[in-house]
Amino acid sequence: MTQREYPRLFLLMLPAGIIFAAFFILPVIQLALVSGSGPEGLAAYASIVTKPRHLESLIATLLLSAGVTAVAVAISTVAGMFLARNRFPGRSVLISLLTFPLAFPGVVIGFMVIMLAGRQGLIAEVTRLLTGSKLVFAYSMAGLFIGYLYFSIPRVILTVMAAAEKLDISLEEAARSLGASPWLVVKDVILPALKPGLIASSAICFATSMGAFGTAFTLATNIDVLPMTIYTEFTLNANIAGAATLSITLGLVTWLALFIARSLSGATVAAAG
Amino acid sequence: MKDARKFYLQLAFTLLVCAFMIVPVILSVLAGVTENFFIGLKSGFTLRWVGEVWGLYAETIYLSLIIALACLAVVLAIGVPAAYVLARKGGFVARFIEETIVLPLAVPGLAIALALIITYGGFREFRSSWLFILVGHVLYTLPFMVRSVLAVLSSINFHELEESAASLGASFRQRFFGVVLPNCRSGILAGSLMVVTLSVGEFNLTWMLHTPVTKTLPVGLADSYASMRLEVASAYTLVFFIMIVPLLVAMQIMANADAPRKKRAALADDETPALAPAEGRP
Repeated sequence: MTQREYPRLFLLMLPAGIIFAAFFILPVIQLALVSGSGPEGLAAYASIVTKPRHLESLIATLLLSAGVTAVAVAISTVAGMFLARNRFPGRSVLISLLTFPLAFPGVVIGFMVIMLAGRQGLIAEVTRLLTGSKLVFAYSMAGLFIGYLYFSIPRVILTVMAAAEKLDISLEEAARSLGASPWLVVKDVILPALKPGLIASSAICFATSMGAFGTAFTLATNIDVLPMTIYTEFTLNANIAGAATLSITLGLVTWLALFIARSLSGATVAAAG
Repeated sequence: MKDARKFYLQLAFTLLVCAFMIVPVILSVLAGVTENFFIGLKSGFTLRWVGEVWGLYAETIYLSLIIALACLAVVLAIGVPAAYVLARKGGFVARFIEETIVLPLAVPGLAIALALIITYGGFREFRSSWLFILVGHVLYTLPFMVRSVLAVLSSINFHELEESAASLGASFRQRFFGVVLPNCRSGILAGSLMVVTLSVGEFNLTWMLHTPVTKTLPVGLADSYASMRLEVASAYTLVFFIMIVPLLVAMQIMANADAPRKKRAALADDETPALAPAEGRP
């Protein structure tokens, strides 16, 4: 029944294949061609490091993403380990609340930051009551940081929880029975065992932050993160070749980060939850 | 004694993280139904802002629903057969195709949108219709459906089921619709919920692909955040929450019902996992 069915299987694959080839593969090739079609040709790729505005934007995005990743992974490891290890009433509600924001688009996350740190936000209100002057930072790098943290934490928590479920508790018990202090158990047993999962979720978190557009679009009116630079090059400056060059660079960086994540920990990386 | 202290410290920390995630949501919901958020809750509750949102943005809500359902129809029609073929074939080629289908998740939406505009922007009719947005949504959601169905197919022994049906004289069509599809309905359902949720919330591609006459809900949201008073923006966000909460609840129920199978699969460790909603890009 197998040999005879190859044509059938081919036909079943065909619709997906045609749509994918026409609307993804062909356009991406086109994008690559356009990126080298500017006045400078392929040298346009060098503009990422030679044009100060592009270089600044690249560095700012890399630093922001790396910072967010470090903080998100630290916070999520503590909370994720706690949720994976303990059973208490309300635990599933907590997990639901923590993962509810997963479905928010970037713009909504930007708005959540406005609710926290905008002119009429919670922090402005609290600081006004405490000090008399309003602290407003939604539209600054700090606001962007909070927003990126907001979408990163639930994603990393899920990965940490999935990794924690697979830990071998008997190793910890052995370490403890040999007299290791709780801190030593964390440092020498738990963290090394979690390491592949943590590296993978760091890479995913980093890639997501690098490419995040919606949050930046809402908050970064004065900040050039890479997706915003691409957007401005394309819409305001009509620099299509430049926008294409930056897009491909960004796409390669995010793809590479995700590739590292996958090769480090197999296919089950972020498929938690 | 010490253990109890450690437990409560960690609990407090986790609650704090939870507050960070949820407090802005609550504030936004409250702002959407408060007469004047600047004055506070004592100014009274109202549905005025929700009504105003309906008047200003009803079309974006309809369009988002239309696109989400159309996207689901396309993804079902092309994704489910594709997943079946990948499960049947296996091997290097199937792995490669699967990797390729997931690529649109690894590349920022902005770049894909730019590629689509460069390639098809010249076709005026197409560029200015909602079908242009639909194309982007199909690319973005297809991997979720394929992986969701593939995960179920690789966890059941559908080869044997199919073979026994074939030995009883069932044609290919009868086997596909009568044996394969009913057996992977949980994957199809979970994938469908994810596709609709992601499509309704998609912004990164949609912002680049939309035109003034094809605005979706998230595009309208961005517009209201930039130009409307906080109460209207909040009420609009509330409408979005109301749309996605039932989908998320349904997804949660399905995931819980599916937990024993997932546990088995995790122990066996040999199946292609479904993509989680967490792999959507904000």
